[in-house]
Amino acid sequence: MKYTQGKYQVLEKKALAKDIFSIVILCPEIAEIAVPGQFVHILPQGCTLRRPISICDIDREKGTLRIVFIVKGDGTKNIAAVNEGSLIDMLAPLGHGFTLDKSFKKVVLVGGGIGTPPMLPLAKIYGEKAAVISGFRSAEAVILQEDFKKTGAETILCTDDGTTGIKGFVTQPLKELLEQGSIEAVYACGPMPMLKNIAALADSANVYCEVSLEERMGCGIGACLVCACKTKKDGEEHFAHVCKNGPVFNAKEVIW
Amino acid sequence: MADLSVKIAGVEFKNPVIPASGVFGYGREYEELFPLSKLGGIATKGTTITKRNGNPSPRIAETPSGMLNSVGLQNPGIDKFISEELPNLMTKDTVILANIAGSTADECVEIAKKLDETDVHMIELNISCPNVKQGGMAFGATCDGAAGITKRVRQVTKKPLVVKLSPNVTSIAEIAKSVEAEGADALSLINTVLGMRIDINTKRPILKNNMGGMSGPAVLPIAVRMVWQTANAVNIPIIGMGGISSGEDAVEMMMAGASAVQVGAAIFTDPYAPIKIIDGINDYLDSNNIKSVSEIIGSVQPW
Repeated sequence: MKYTQGKYQVLEKKALAKDIFSIVILCPEIAEIAVPGQFVHILPQGCTLRRPISICDIDREKGTLRIVFIVKGDGTKNIAAVNEGSLIDMLAPLGHGFTLDKSFKKVVLVGGGIGTPPMLPLAKIYGEKAAVISGFRSAEAVILQEDFKKTGAETILCTDDGTTGIKGFVTQPLKELLEQGSIEAVYACGPMPMLKNIAALADSANVYCEVSLEERMGCGIGACLVCACKTKKDGEEHFAHVCKNGPVFNAKEVIW
Repeated sequence: MADLSVKIAGVEFKNPVIPASGVFGYGREYEELFPLSKLGGIATKGTTITKRNGNPSPRIAETPSGMLNSVGLQNPGIDKFISEELPNLMTKDTVILANIAGSTADECVEIAKKLDETDVHMIELNISCPNVKQGGMAFGATCDGAAGITKRVRQVTKKPLVVKLSPNVTSIAEIAKSVEAEGADALSLINTVLGMRIDINTKRPILKNNMGGMSGPAVLPIAVRMVWQTANAVNIPIIGMGGISSGEDAVEMMMAGASAVQVGAAIFTDPYAPIKIIDGINDYLDSNNIKSVSEIIGSVQPW
């Protein structure tokens, strides 16, 4: 089995910040095979289309997945309205996850805003070998910092307005870490302009970089070709699909 | 268990449910969820003569009880379809309808010639794609255009020819008659309804293509009406589609005059939708003591 669809019980729901929710879902057969960087495709009550949400935590022992998402429109609003104990319609796990290499001695995980949740499963794997740079608009939007600290990773917090952490963008501390020279990989998720800058920094430091992209999706499994993103492979440009070829791409393949 | 088999243009379908072109790719992704042999048929992704990249993203948007798409016929081209996808599909014990969607009549003719040499069961000629600048809906918007391209494709293939019609016309029945007159063996309708949504915060259309094709439950009554009008105007079978998401919807479409149905947007909502629709049709027939699904085709009793 690569993926499955069914109705799964919501064990826990929490509000983490304004419009940002964390949901833990009991789905042993999905948790068993899910890997960092993959996503779940949830059908909100009353909607025609599913909503793709990245996986924030995989607990194989408890058979659970955790997702953290922001309410953007009616679909995510309806997902956030689900109660603990009720069922959620999910097609998962989907997509191509991050490439992991346990021989890496030092990696940087960069999350911007609602792009921070998919970095948590990576932080759990790399632990002390990881530096996690998280960027948010402002102090009230900050999420998951305690979770990252528990993994043993070094955490660096930035806010655009300086209300907490370093004032400025994630690219500044990333640049400093890259200049130290021991970084073997950069993994990033967040807004496209941020990812573009991160990819450029990693490229100029000659460090392997993977980015997780987002796009409006249809089927979620690679059949409908809706979630196209421009990529290049072997010198040829083509439209890859975020759901199946991604959401994680080698940053060198993405056409920004 | 009722007899669900239907015959269209001499081709036997084990049941009347066919995933529509575009939503189902070439079946590989859905085969992870259920055997393709359960399906009556599969309409494959619209194919052009050479590889086509399609439109920029976003290509999809939710609408009330439906969706818009503007994929723009992304596909690997007919040669790759024939060499890499069709042989696999032909082993799946289901009817394969190869959907062709050239930008010009010449292109459609070239594709049809290539398909004529394969084992594919049927050709579905798409003269109704709303998401491309050339060809597509422009072919199907006038009786002369629809007749002209049907005639040319008819000349180069002996395969059963299904012509897929656009709802974005003044009289779909008139278009249907002109296509029938040029030798179409069957019709499929409706393609998507041209639509648009705007993000009021950015003042930008949600689709990068500005407009797109609307489908999903919201279009079902339009599709039922058009199938009924068309069924009253022609003598060739119709494959009905547009907003079907349950067995009841499929029964309704068949009562309007469809000999089979295609399922599109419902598969995004529920990937098992085609299977549930097959079961739903059977449940309706059993509970109404109807032995064969063919008995309900066109059985509406209009006032």
